[in-house]
Amino acid sequence: MTAFLIFLALVLIGTLVIQISKANEYINTIRGEDAELESDKINGNLMLLFQIVFLVGVSWSAWHFSDRYLPVSASVHGHWIDTMFDITLVLTGIVFFLTQIALGWFSYKYRNRKNNLGYYYPENNKLEMIWTVIPAIVLTILVVFGLYYWFRITGPASPEARVIEITGKQFEWLIRYPGADSKLGINNWKKITSTNKVGIDFSDKDSHDDFLSGELHFEVNKEYMLKINSRDVVHDVGLNHFRVKMDAMPGLPTHFKLTPNITTDEMRKITNNPNFNYELCCDYLCGAGHSSMKAMVFVDTHEQYEAWLAKQKSFYETAIKGTKEDNSIINPSNENGKVSAENEKHEQ
Amino acid sequence: METTETHHGHAHSNTGAYITDHVHYQDVEGVIRSEEDHGHHDSDRNKKNFIHTWIFSQDHKIIGKQFLITGIIWAIVGGAFSNIFRMQLGFPDTNMSWIGNVFGDRWVENGHMTNDFYNMLITMHGTILVFFVLTAGLSGTFANILIPLQCGARDMASPFLNMLSYWFFFMASIVMAASFFLPTGAAGVSWVFYPPLSAIRDASLGSKGGADMWLISMSLFIFSSLLGGLNYITTILNLRTKGMSMAKLPLTIWALLITAILGVLSFPVLLGAAILLIFDRTLGTSFYLDKIYIENVGAQPHEGGNPILYQHLFWFLGHPEVYIVIMPAFGMVSEILSVNSRKPIFGYRAMVLSMLAIAALAFFVWAHHMFVTGLNPFVGSVFVFLTLLIAIPSAIKVFNWLTTIWKGNIKYTPAMLFAIGFVSLFISGGLTGIFLGNSSIDIQLHDTYFVVAHFHIVMGIGAFFGMFAGVYHWFPKMYGKFMNRTMGFIHFWLTFAGAYAIFWPMHYQGLAGVPRRYPSHAGYESFNKFGELSEFITIAALVVFAAQLLFVFNFFYSIFRGKICHEQNPWKSNTIEWTTPIKPGHGNWEGEIPTVHRWPYDYGKDGQDFIPQTMPIQPGESAHHV
Repeated sequence: MTAFLIFLALVLIGTLVIQISKANEYINTIRGEDAELESDKINGNLMLLFQIVFLVGVSWSAWHFSDRYLPVSASVHGHWIDTMFDITLVLTGIVFFLTQIALGWFSYKYRNRKNNLGYYYPENNKLEMIWTVIPAIVLTILVVFGLYYWFRITGPASPEARVIEITGKQFEWLIRYPGADSKLGINNWKKITSTNKVGIDFSDKDSHDDFLSGELHFEVNKEYMLKINSRDVVHDVGLNHFRVKMDAMPGLPTHFKLTPNITTDEMRKITNNPNFNYELCCDYLCGAGHSSMKAMVFVDTHEQYEAWLAKQKSFYETAIKGTKEDNSIINPSNENGKVSAENEKHEQ
Repeated sequence: METTETHHGHAHSNTGAYITDHVHYQDVEGVIRSEEDHGHHDSDRNKKNFIHTWIFSQDHKIIGKQFLITGIIWAIVGGAFSNIFRMQLGFPDTNMSWIGNVFGDRWVENGHMTNDFYNMLITMHGTILVFFVLTAGLSGTFANILIPLQCGARDMASPFLNMLSYWFFFMASIVMAASFFLPTGAAGVSWVFYPPLSAIRDASLGSKGGADMWLISMSLFIFSSLLGGLNYITTILNLRTKGMSMAKLPLTIWALLITAILGVLSFPVLLGAAILLIFDRTLGTSFYLDKIYIENVGAQPHEGGNPILYQHLFWFLGHPEVYIVIMPAFGMVSEILSVNSRKPIFGYRAMVLSMLAIAALAFFVWAHHMFVTGLNPFVGSVFVFLTLLIAIPSAIKVFNWLTTIWKGNIKYTPAMLFAIGFVSLFISGGLTGIFLGNSSIDIQLHDTYFVVAHFHIVMGIGAFFGMFAGVYHWFPKMYGKFMNRTMGFIHFWLTFAGAYAIFWPMHYQGLAGVPRRYPSHAGYESFNKFGELSEFITIAALVVFAAQLLFVFNFFYSIFRGKICHEQNPWKSNTIEWTTPIKPGHGNWEGEIPTVHRWPYDYGKDGQDFIPQTMPIQPGESAHHV
């Protein structure tokens, strides 16, 4: 019923607008040039008014939402990205206000006047040069700053960086830690089963202390290297507070390095939200469950991290050892993937 | 009487200057015709059957209208889709079970749309608006209507291929529309169609039959675009009237020429990408696929491909595509700003050069869509540099437009309002591109609502404003009537304010990291703080959509009942399309095609309001040399 009434109201408004417009058209045809001058005046005034409302609205909303956009950065490189953002905001903001004000002002000032002609001004090469060179200088600044940060963000990780493997699948993140040896065992997509979701090749002994986790835990102020994979379609590892975004692609491993520098507890204080948690989300459309691909992220102090680590159990020991999937038993002397691959061929 | 008819018939077969179907190119030089030939085309048209005049017409003006009306129908569909998914985003608690009545019950669960349906809507919204509306509907329409008229040609170089171009588009439309009726629905893998999601049938509901039909439809669409593009280029280069040197071309034609070149060079790459994807889907090849294990289905047989390859091929079209969309708007806006400011366009040469620069750079920036795909950082840095370089010619255009209206005598037709609105949108949306083009900032903003805001403002709404400006301005040329001005003003102000109300707030959501293509952000602490803002955006979207319905009404109403245009040159414009009869027949000019003597922007020169291109340079007058 409400829907019908709304529909009826809209039809009535529409009809009203159309009838008024039609009537107006007849009146203006009779009035001729005067009507045109008047409508030009109204539209010119409206242009100026619009620009004022628009620019005030932009300034107000930017201030109003400032506590909600660009959440506090929780990684070292996040500050670089935010700095870069601020530099760009200031430079583009100046251009934005100047050009929009000029547009609004000219639209108002130079509206149609009776017996007036436009000013014949077809070109001025000096002006063209000025507004070629100035943007070029501004953009050079932005490119130089941007690339300076870009190469620092994407540069090689230090050898001490801790490795975590994140594998995307529809619709879940599989997170693997290397365990005590700090080395991830190799994996092979052909070994994926419902238990061994990331396809770990257990003939590689390095995999035996690897553990899987439903949550991502970082120790604060330590450098991490995320090794990113996908099992099926394109996903994207999105760590909003850490300013991390990297696609996960099947058959094409990617990586991203970061150093988290604000613990979850500290962030709860900063945001005044005792329930605050960092989140890992999927940032590339991967199917029906795309928006539910969430994992919790924690940045721990050293003590918290060690306590969490102590609770983690080797995936091999708990789920694989002694089962059919345990291919390390067949030839315990295997130490690397190549040998195991050969072994597989022999089996076949 | 009989003799006259014989004479007509004779004139027709010998010279074919003013004819219904086949244009003979000797006519480009102009054929002297007697006064008796007036009204010739009407009798000719009556003799031809309905189908050849209106359906399989080879008249560029009819084909342009066919593109326009098909585009309008698609725009309503694509716009309606956006309203449906905006309802989901703004009012997630509303019962939407009516979707079941319209689209089938399989798309509704507990009164809410399924995620697959949401994905289908966003995919179709993007595909329809980018390709069917803003490529075919925009450049198809105005290239067809304006190129022969503003160049001074009787028709396109190949009217037959031109007709085929529309009918390929029509077939593409039918295939795309038909895909909605599949049990598994239309494609639902987003308009960029990245494999493996688009390549593996079991990856999602939207990857099944709908994706096949999408690929077939797009292939037909590319044929359409190529046939059109080749024709536009050939016509502009070869069929200009006497005196119409390239330097005397209106900027509209320059823009359409560059658009066509972009299309002809980049669309074939998409065709290649689509064909390889079809192979991967149907023949079991592995161009884009490697190491894939689908849950509950198992390991896929594909090995050795590369999903990034598709992205490179796609964006090699995809980036020039945004300029294919915006370039015709550049041209029309330049023309309309100049005519209605009663001033020459400022810096004609700089305008042409900046368009050429943008077009050339458009081919070397595609990887800025791929900064977070694990691209080599050095390659990324090259693309940052090239991407930000595009801002320079764009800035030149903005400053030149501003200088064009400076000290003008602005006549606010609806077309002029949309042209000024375009400049405002181009500034706003262009500047946010500077954030996204810088790879380090892009890490945070990639695939968020910031991107949505950026490209909708600059190329979505921007190109629409160009299109509206064009329709209002050239409507008298198309139909011999005016569109209702008052409705045009209401349409403009609602759309201008509404478009900013929809897209400006999305910047804030994007800065907060809110990802695109989520049917719901409720599960995320960081993303669910914008409930009221989302409601506001949705209401604005509904209002703007309603305003477009007013435009559609105005358009069709004015075709039949609009104020009749009695003046040959209602906007006091210099370009030669206004030297044709008010309702030109096939062949455009009765008698000789006018000769051009000057550039099209002599407004306000030497105390004269305007001096048409056909006016010879007066003794002692200094001609504008480009």
